[in-house]
Amino acid sequence: MRRLLILGAGTAGTIAANKLRRRLARDEWDVTIVEQRAAHYYQPAFLFIPFGKYKPAKARREASRYIGDGVTRVSGEVDVVDPQGRSVTLVDGTTLAYDYLIIATGTSPHPEETPGMADDWHGAVHSFYTFEDTVALREALAKFDGGKLVMHITEMPIKCPVAPLEFTLLADDHFRRRGIRDKVDITFVTPLDGAFTKPVAAATFGGLLSDRGIALESDFMIESVDAEGHKLVSYDEREVPYDLLVTVPVNRGAAFVGRSGLGDELDFVTVDKGTLRHTVYDTIFAVGDATNVPTSKAGAVAHFEMDTFPDQFMQMIAGEEPEEKFDGHATCFIESGGGKALLIDFNYDTEPLHGTFPLAGVGPLPLLKESRLNHLGKLGFEWAYWSMLLPGRPMPLPAHMSMSGKKTPA
Amino acid sequence: MTTTTLKGREVHVDDEGFLTEYDEWDEELGAELASQIGIEMTDAHWGLIRFLRADFAETGQTATTRRVATVGGVPVKEQFQLFPKKPGKKMSYIAGLPKPAGCV
Repeated sequence: MRRLLILGAGTAGTIAANKLRRRLARDEWDVTIVEQRAAHYYQPAFLFIPFGKYKPAKARREASRYIGDGVTRVSGEVDVVDPQGRSVTLVDGTTLAYDYLIIATGTSPHPEETPGMADDWHGAVHSFYTFEDTVALREALAKFDGGKLVMHITEMPIKCPVAPLEFTLLADDHFRRRGIRDKVDITFVTPLDGAFTKPVAAATFGGLLSDRGIALESDFMIESVDAEGHKLVSYDEREVPYDLLVTVPVNRGAAFVGRSGLGDELDFVTVDKGTLRHTVYDTIFAVGDATNVPTSKAGAVAHFEMDTFPDQFMQMIAGEEPEEKFDGHATCFIESGGGKALLIDFNYDTEPLHGTFPLAGVGPLPLLKESRLNHLGKLGFEWAYWSMLLPGRPMPLPAHMSMSGKKTPA
Repeated sequence: MTTTTLKGREVHVDDEGFLTEYDEWDEELGAELASQIGIEMTDAHWGLIRFLRADFAETGQTATTRRVATVGGVPVKEQFQLFPKKPGKKMSYIAGLPKPAGCV
């Protein structure tokens, strides 16, 4: 019996287990998944919870419910991988041997990496990337009646890189509805040189901020948070004061990746960006947010990877080089407040552009433009996530990005 | 793709003036690019530029300020002293590499 071992039962790990179980003969292959957490969260909800638009309990489900028949489940925390001996040791001492290993342990925020950031955590300093953080921020926002709100990104890469922008736009909408927008100063602070990394989208997003009277502080490399003085301090000695700080801390992969010698300086697994195979060990793969591939860390990327990866995996274990390569495809809805959203679609080579997006059954959605239809698309996705995406059923979306409908800049 | 003339040589650049062809660069061009943005190059500056070049050859990506600190051993504060205000951008500009992408 050969064994495929999958570490992590989040979006990417769960889809990988369900899709590969169907591809690998049951009398020849054991598929085992290590669940590090009992809960599976619908993470897009973390953006809506702070504004009271989504009930926290609804975002949490039992992870094991979404792992299909015939997959062996093990609960535990990974301690270390022995890539030469092909085994994984858990913190409780259990050792699991493997023939092939897929690392799907994601990315996590680390406020303690920035001096002062953790000192006033859930006081005047908040975030929304974990369940606990987004619930705490909901209470802080409800009590916030005016002053300086700062949305801050510490360092790239981060999970769901459009979420800070969405949070800022939704905050503007939230304060307008409460009738206190004129009492709130909103500032968007980023280490990037604009509202986004790529020029066409950065111009559109920059316009959304300035239209709403939101200040943009760019090229801001944070050195520390002055938790007592309530201000951010940069390496070039700029200061941004806040009454309520919503930050995205440094993102790192799982610490065992670094301990096992499998990652880069942020513990993201170093893989080939077209095949997701480890750069040194050909029996190790990584999927989802855990990799160092140069595209967004987002559920949509995990989804598109899992359209190409199962075929690639079957070819690689048969000793063949896969013909089809993953193209870095990502599609993201961006909530802009007032019941509208934008949509972006891009990959390793093509930046987000204007145009329309063909979605079977839903029709043409406008790209990089606010619309009600995009907002409904985002809401409708939740059902598809639990009932189609995680079980690994076919979704009406093309795996590879298409240039059809996109306008290229002159 | 646009080209420009530096030190009497034609080189390929993007719309922000960053060189796009790894092999078109040498240290003479690096010194010229540095003087364009007002940086006086010392041994400490060259040490960082050489690290960035070697690291790009190995990984295919421009090192971020974090990578320069953890792998190259030069703390971020010192990078800001050598290349004021925007070290990531300035170092990659002088080294003839794409600016570090902070991926989408």
